[in-house]
Amino acid sequence: MTRVVEGRTGPLAHTGPLAAVDGPYFGRFGGRFVPEALVAALEELERTYAQARIDPQFTGELERLHREYSGRPSILTEVPRFAEHAGGARVLLKREDLNHTGSHKINNVLGQALLAVRMGKRRVIAETGAGQHGVATATAAALMGLECLVFMGEEDTRRQALNVARMRLLGADVVSVTAGSRTLKDAMNEAMRDWVTNVETTHYLIGTVAGPHPFPTIVRDFQRVIGQEARAQILERVGRLPDAICACVGGGSNALGIFHAFLDDPGVDLIGFEAGGDGVDTGRHAASINGGLPGVLHGNRTFILQDSDGQTIESHSVSAGLDYPGVGPQHSWLHEIGRARYEAVDDAQAMDAFRLLCRTEGIIPAIESSHALAGALRVGRELGPDGVILVNLSGRGDKDVDTAARWFGLMPGEENSADRGPREPVAGSDHQEEA
Amino acid sequence: MNPSDRPGPEGVEDVLRRAAEEGRAALIGYLPVGFPDVPASIEAMKALVAGGVDLVEIGIPYSDPLMDGPVIQHAAEVALRGGTRTADVLTAVRAVREAGAPALVMTYWNIVDRYGVDRFAQDLAAAGGAGLITPDLIPDEGADWIEAAQRHGLDRVFLVAPSSTDERLRSTTAACTGFVYAASTMGVTGARASVGPRAHELVERTRKVCDLPVCVGLGVSTGEQAAQVAGYADGVIVGSAFVKALSSGPDLAAGLLAVRALAEELALGVRRGVEQ
Repeated sequence: MTRVVEGRTGPLAHTGPLAAVDGPYFGRFGGRFVPEALVAALEELERTYAQARIDPQFTGELERLHREYSGRPSILTEVPRFAEHAGGARVLLKREDLNHTGSHKINNVLGQALLAVRMGKRRVIAETGAGQHGVATATAAALMGLECLVFMGEEDTRRQALNVARMRLLGADVVSVTAGSRTLKDAMNEAMRDWVTNVETTHYLIGTVAGPHPFPTIVRDFQRVIGQEARAQILERVGRLPDAICACVGGGSNALGIFHAFLDDPGVDLIGFEAGGDGVDTGRHAASINGGLPGVLHGNRTFILQDSDGQTIESHSVSAGLDYPGVGPQHSWLHEIGRARYEAVDDAQAMDAFRLLCRTEGIIPAIESSHALAGALRVGRELGPDGVILVNLSGRGDKDVDTAARWFGLMPGEENSADRGPREPVAGSDHQEEA
Repeated sequence: MNPSDRPGPEGVEDVLRRAAEEGRAALIGYLPVGFPDVPASIEAMKALVAGGVDLVEIGIPYSDPLMDGPVIQHAAEVALRGGTRTADVLTAVRAVREAGAPALVMTYWNIVDRYGVDRFAQDLAAAGGAGLITPDLIPDEGADWIEAAQRHGLDRVFLVAPSSTDERLRSTTAACTGFVYAASTMGVTGARASVGPRAHELVERTRKVCDLPVCVGLGVSTGEQAAQVAGYADGVIVGSAFVKALSSGPDLAAGLLAVRALAEELALGVRRGVEQ
């Protein structure tokens, strides 16, 4: 199928199936802005993946792990009581929260860990904002007998002591990063530094659809199982494709994972919800597309939060998983050609949606995923009762109980005050998962 | 216009040629602009030249310096906290030129990208700068910069690494002018106990595919190491050790003396040149 994106001509027009576009470039975004020392490893990874993706032994092993280890396919849950607040549209959740380790992260991690083994690399490193990708990586490393080192900002290790313990229980070492802002961006810098030094024995298991080519393509491919399953499930359940798909976007791996199978269905609106923090106009947010400019960060050209000198601006969000000043290059491109749209959901809107899903459906979502839920409430009101909305529930909220309890005033001594509504978050208590 | 055709003061290749004629390696010293503040960093660059550095590499501080070890990371943080701006590097370039050495700017790519590649090249050339060293820009992504460098008569120094394949050594060096920057080890900037054997091997492999001078950086901090590297390379690049020296004393004056003393020690080292 060939399509020209509506309303676009000239250099931004795209012909041919969108789903067939792989890196290094997505329009003017992507690429490989790295030290020369890493190029050989990136080329090796690219070669290895090109062989693996068509090797039935590799794809068969990954499918077996999905089925027998992480619990795929994940189910689709319709949420009618929640949907009453979404203009009466039908809302269906893709339950990535039910995967082993509690989020979509395991999909990518299992695939990349198999690639590491295939390349003969017995050591994997990863960055993590505060836990989910780090825990997933530690899990896969334990499963496959790999040495594992996770880089985590010092601020995050302190606030997320339990996730640090979780990774250590799984046999991983956790390095507390004291450079820069001491959060996810700096953990990624430090992981890159380790990789430059140990690249011949080490695979850098990047957790999102960012970084230098081929990472944005590889991570997307390992996540697109989400959309492939969801497409078949919703056709079977509803009898047609959804009108809109909502997903949260930090780096954007869960969003691309669910969008990809629908890229060439022009009737399906693809909407990514970025973390608006205190509000995009306050400057305290993590909405790279809505509030940033194209630039180069962590090996690729994409929208980033930066000042007029090109220095990275620190991001802010109640959700650590979305608290990143960049976004995957394919999202920047989908935004630019108009195939997907990106809106901001601020902290308070996300937390309201978090509570609503808890109370109407008995599902505690990750705060990251709650941005997509808040978006679905907005989109549902636009669509009305005939609308069908698919939401990627990318992770579960067990890890967020402490943050949510503080937000809603449910800590000891504050019982029964949950209906008082949102309170100011405790500064710095908010880093938990990267999406 | 080719950089080497540029009239006026000595360019990068002239300096390297002159050093070769003297039977020694050139000494290249790195300092970031803005550490500990802009005027002091410029004084320190002059101390480099006074101490015998042939060519100065001026770093632009960046928020995410992923090729740098702790010493230069810290300097960049201090510089940015102190309000250092991209344009300050042009002031430093002018000062180094006046002190009598060619000035190359070392920068992470997003700084130039945001400034505007052509505009940056134009302003750098107008300030008397010799060119750019780009640690996170490989020629594959550098078409705009290569074009701007040609237009404004600037050198473009790309890096090669021990992990570079022969094919990449060929394509990367073909895009370089001035010299080729050979990273001595796999890793980030910072002093090391020894400069590994892979540096020598890399210089030999690079020489087989290009005629440009090959200078070695990463990990050199003492006169002895400089002499060792000078035994096989055309230039010796020292960075973190100068940054450390600058902040070693109780005050700026002591730091400047330490920078000059280290430059003198290294300048002797590159003249000693131990045959390997």
